[in-house]
Amino acid sequence: MPDANPLPPKERIKIPRVRMPELDAGLRAHNFDEVNLGLCPEAAVGESTRCIACLKPGCQIQCPVGVKIKEVMALIHAGEFLAAAAKMREDNALPAITGRVCPQESQCEGGCVLGKKGQPVAIGNLERFIADFERHSGQLGLPRIEPATGKSVAIVGSGPAGLSAAGDLVQKGHRVRVFEALHELGGVLVYGIPEFRLPKSIVREEVDNLRRMGVEFETNVVVGKSVTLDELMRVEGYDAIFVATGAGLPVFLGVPGEHLNGVYSANEFLTRTNLMRSYRFPEFDGPIYDCRDRDVIVVGGGNTAMDAVRTARRLGAKTATLVYRRSEAEMPARVEEVKHAREEGIEFRMLTNPIEFLGDEKGWLTGARCVRMQLGAPDESGRRRPAPVPGSEAILPAHVAIIGVGTTANPLIQSTTPDLATNKWNYIVAHPETMRTPKRGVFAGGDIVTGGATVILAMGAGRKAARGIDEYLRTGEWDKEHANKL
Amino acid sequence: MFRIVEARDAGLNIRQFVIEAPRVARKQRPGQFVILRVVDNGERIPLTIKSADPAAGTITIVVQAIGKTTSLLNSLGAGDSILDVVGPLGHPSAIAKYGTAVILAGSVGTAMALPTARALKDADNHVIFIEGARTRDMVIFEDEVRAASHEAYILTDDGSYGEQGLVTGKLEQLLADGRKLDFVLAVGPVPMMRAVARVTAPLGIKTMVSLNSIMVDGTGMCGGCRVLLGHESRFACVDGPEFDASQVNFDVLMQRNAMYRSQECRSMQAFEQHREEELARLRAAVDARRKKSAELRARLQAQGERHHA
Ligand SMILES: Cc1cc2nc3c(=O)[nH]c(=O)nc-3n(C[C@H](O)[C@H](O)[C@H](O)COP(=O)(O)OP(=O)(O)OC[C@H]3O[C@@H](n4cnc5c(N)ncnc54)[C@H](O)[C@@H]3O)c2cc1C
Ligand SMILES: Cc1cc2nc3c(=O)[nH]c(=O)nc-3n(C[C@H](O)[C@H](O)[C@H](O)COP(=O)(O)OP(=O)(O)OC[C@H]3O[C@@H](n4cnc5c(N)ncnc54)[C@H](O)[C@@H]3O)c2cc1C
Ligand code: SF4
Ligand code: SF4
Ligand code: FES
Repeated sequence: MPDANPLPPKERIKIPRVRMPELDAGLRAHNFDEVNLGLCPEAAVGESTRCIACLKPGCQIQCPVGVKIKEVMALIHAGEFLAAAAKMREDNALPAITGRVCPQESQCEGGCVLGKKGQPVAIGNLERFIADFERHSGQLGLPRIEPATGKSVAIVGSGPAGLSAAGDLVQKGHRVRVFEALHELGGVLVYGIPEFRLPKSIVREEVDNLRRMGVEFETNVVVGKSVTLDELMRVEGYDAIFVATGAGLPVFLGVPGEHLNGVYSANEFLTRTNLMRSYRFPEFDGPIYDCRDRDVIVVGGGNTAMDAVRTARRLGAKTATLVYRRSEAEMPARVEEVKHAREEGIEFRMLTNPIEFLGDEKGWLTGARCVRMQLGAPDESGRRRPAPVPGSEAILPAHVAIIGVGTTANPLIQSTTPDLATNKWNYIVAHPETMRTPKRGVFAGGDIVTGGATVILAMGAGRKAARGIDEYLRTGEWDKEHANKL
Repeated sequence: MFRIVEARDAGLNIRQFVIEAPRVARKQRPGQFVILRVVDNGERIPLTIKSADPAAGTITIVVQAIGKTTSLLNSLGAGDSILDVVGPLGHPSAIAKYGTAVILAGSVGTAMALPTARALKDADNHVIFIEGARTRDMVIFEDEVRAASHEAYILTDDGSYGEQGLVTGKLEQLLADGRKLDFVLAVGPVPMMRAVARVTAPLGIKTMVSLNSIMVDGTGMCGGCRVLLGHESRFACVDGPEFDASQVNFDVLMQRNAMYRSQECRSMQAFEQHREEELARLRAAVDARRKKSAELRARLQAQGERHHA
């Protein structure tokens, strides 16, 4: 592709990085509207000008699905937004979503050469821009669907892994049906990530697109309970199954007092607000603790904890405090979310860990006994291991405490399918390239294989699985040794 | 959408529904439940499956109106639809040949315990069914209770029907009579189940209780349904709903079930004031949804034919 950009690289890197327009922090702390407003076309073109079109683009190497960022940037620069979107979609099926939620700083933008001295190209913001442009253009062309193969695939779970696999498989001419346990489609994208970060209408549009491509959806089916994997194959006639059930099981701290009223898992708190829309109670029936004028603490340092604490703020909490046992440098949350949270008045209490929840005589939470932590030597994950400081206990007052320290595998399928291999944390074992499990015709990918990871990794796994499934359906070969060599 | 094919009153504020839910009907076992959501803006509530007809693809549930969602549900009739029904959820009751099995059920718990009672009878247990109700109008399914057991006792709190007294009183009387009881299942209000546990635990009689904690997803994802067993936390939706009564912390269960009381009252008051509007809205929404899915199906079919042509 010719370099359409007339400015010499030296000039380009002098341009300051574009600023994403945002809702005013004082306003948005009280509503669920999306925080980032999106770039205008001029700003997007301007930002794309900063890309110096590296010979060996670090950005692409660092993107888990290898989006051809350099080419996308050139197309944006040329004003070819729809072509840029199409180029993006060659590797990334859900750009409107990943543009919003990818941890860009540790992926594409972390690899951008401009970041070495100054600010990297705002790849995420541009990705979001072209995806939104495409959505609003009404010119979203349906991809070509290959002639029907007569084979059918069942996909279990409608998160990013399941949705991307569905899209690829239906294009190959297979019949595809997605089974989802909840009443809405999208997995964590609808029940976990809040509206102010990822509007649900975007997920709905992606699902509708898949519908138009011919993907069938059935909600309210808990595979393993409503129907087993074996029944899907033997009775309902599916030739292959992709298990993409995520890592939805909440982890509690296991400290005294976790049964007090007011102690939530982040999953429950977020599911009540996002899936059940309890922030619109009483218009919606599902209730949530009335946080108005109350003190809320959230335990954890990842995206989940950050989403919960910002949600609590929007529900009217007097104080919304993030309690994390390491320091800010170790927080796995996206950098942008940390910045937004600060602006919204979230308090950060780093190097602090609750060891007990305290309640009144009726069982309602009144506070958390916490210890101060200090960082010691790095552990196996490379992060410095926190250890309690003796004699540093103090009570943090709280009416609501939300535990967002992680999740593990949901065991419903594994427990009803004994011939699926699982590791010691109960995650399903699958081949890293073909996504095959040891059970013939069954593939698995996304968080249920890797443990809680990212949207883009789940999506990448879904696409790999689609390739693996398509190959299996075409050849009918199930090399047992290959599958067992995991 | 899940169509109601039959609806009838079973007692005061208690209504029985037969609903089309073929997947659930095929797989359900005694003791399992569904979670349903009546309308778009509604909450998800758990209800026990009383029976099923796999051939017809229907399940039967029995609902006692106590708050907004159950009241709304109980205003529906045959021909109406429920937006979402998912299941079967939870572990089935553990059925074995215990010997003499006693079922204690209070109010709507009678409907919930019936399938397990039948299964215990089929497994050659001598089944004693003790049904308790506040008053005469709340004695439900007496014929089915008698059919599912070898001995049946009906009690009302006010003595307006059957014997006067509490189900635990009857249980104690059986024990005082020297009856050897091998298995007990209690289903009903928490104080009743706790009282049963207090009678049987010291005697070491295997006793199960069906815990009605507040649920959201029913798949083990939220942890909102957690109950305390000894010092261990368990999720009622996936580890239960039946648990060993001697381990259950009933106080924590009652405390957690009171979590949303003020919001529930608000919802209920609003519903009582606007019952007719709510119902009209529900029916309009169902019609709109039907139309939309018919259109979508037609469009997809047309498109599909084009794509694969
Ligand atoms: C609050 C929160 C915030 C996050 N923020 C970010 C972020 O900013 N950026 C990022 O990249 N990642 C983020 N993540 C992580 C990311 O969302 C996940 O890694 C990703 O969604 C995993 O996708 P998946 O398809 O594997 O599973 P999921 O998205 O978990 O979807 C699995 C689906 O399967 C369904 N299911 C489960 N069991 C069954 C069954 N037996 N039968 C039928 N259906 C079943 C579930 O209901 C669910 O809908 C966040 C996660 C959370 C919880
Ligand atoms: C596994 C399981 C099986 C059940 N089976 C049946 C059944 O077969 N038939 C039936 O009528 N009911 C059953 N229930 C109880 C039923 O789910 C509740 O009555 C219902 O959720 C109340 O909703 P509501 O909006 O009408 O009332 P709400 O306004 O939510 O509640 C009104 C009152 O009931 C209490 N409450 C709230 N949720 C529950 C609950 N889950 N259990 C008990 N009390 C609650 C509240 O504290 C409040 O005092 C079952 C519950 C569980 C967990
Ligand atoms: S998919 Fe994610 S990592 Fe890849 S380019 Fe887009 S925002 Fe960056
Ligand atoms: S690394 Fe940065 S400058 Fe280089 S091609 Fe990628 S986006 Fe452009
Ligand atoms: S209802 Fe959510 S985990 Fe049981």
